Amino acid sequence: MPKKNEMQIQFYSQSINEAFARVAISAFISQLDPTVEVLYDIKMAVSEAVTNAIIHGYENMGKGLVVIKCSYEGKEIEITVIDEGKGIASVEEAMKPLYTTSIEEERAGLGFTVMQEMMDEVEVCSHPGKGTTVKMKKSLE
Amino acid sequence: MNMEFYMLDSTLVVALMGEIDHHTCVAIRQAVDRNYQKKRAKNLLFDFEKVTFMDSSGIGMLMGRYRLVAIGGGRTGLYNVPKDIERILKMSNVCKLMKAYSNKQEALQELA
Repeated sequence: MPKKNEMQIQFYSQSINEAFARVAISAFISQLDPTVEVLYDIKMAVSEAVTNAIIHGYENMGKGLVVIKCSYEGKEIEITVIDEGKGIASVEEAMKPLYTTSIEEERAGLGFTVMQEMMDEVEVCSHPGKGTTVKMKKSLE
Repeated sequence: MNMEFYMLDSTLVVALMGEIDHHTCVAIRQAVDRNYQKKRAKNLLFDFEKVTFMDSSGIGMLMGRYRLVAIGGGRTGLYNVPKDIERILKMSNVCKLMKAYSNKQEALQELA
């Protein structure tokens, strides 16, 4: 088992970076030799969190920075996705399945539901006008 | 994201290749809608064999295409869906709107 390790990336909130974020996090987590299923779950959760930051946090403007911190210790993985965008007025409301603010955009409203399904723990901290932090944990057990 | 389009009777078959996320959905949506209209198709059938990843943006895209096709009285279906992708289809209940068939023949028979 590798020693405790940590990485951080940041990129502009452009949708083309969604695939980059998935690949970068997968490459880092691959050091733990996870199963393909676990890796797929993590890619899904990262994709949802980054997409939320781009669409909702930065409102599709492509300018703000999305930061991802990723660490592991033993078999515990922690991934934090941070934006300094507009924030979420009611996190409780936003986390309800099918809840979406962008009706005209064909959004399914499943982002947080998928994150919760794929990861063991999802914690959302948001302040309107300041941004959103999504912290997710998964154990490789 | 690469796509292939062909008609089988009144059904437009769309073979998607690669990853479906918020970024690639923009191109998929445009190309599918354009082909669906241009070819005057009734039903829409997605071949998922070569799709390697799909997040909830893909669900939104599929629901949008379902609506478009339903307006014209057509039906939407999927086939060759990989295991990983089946999970998000079930989570989203999108399978209540469109069926995931095991192969093309079965899909075409039921859509016809």
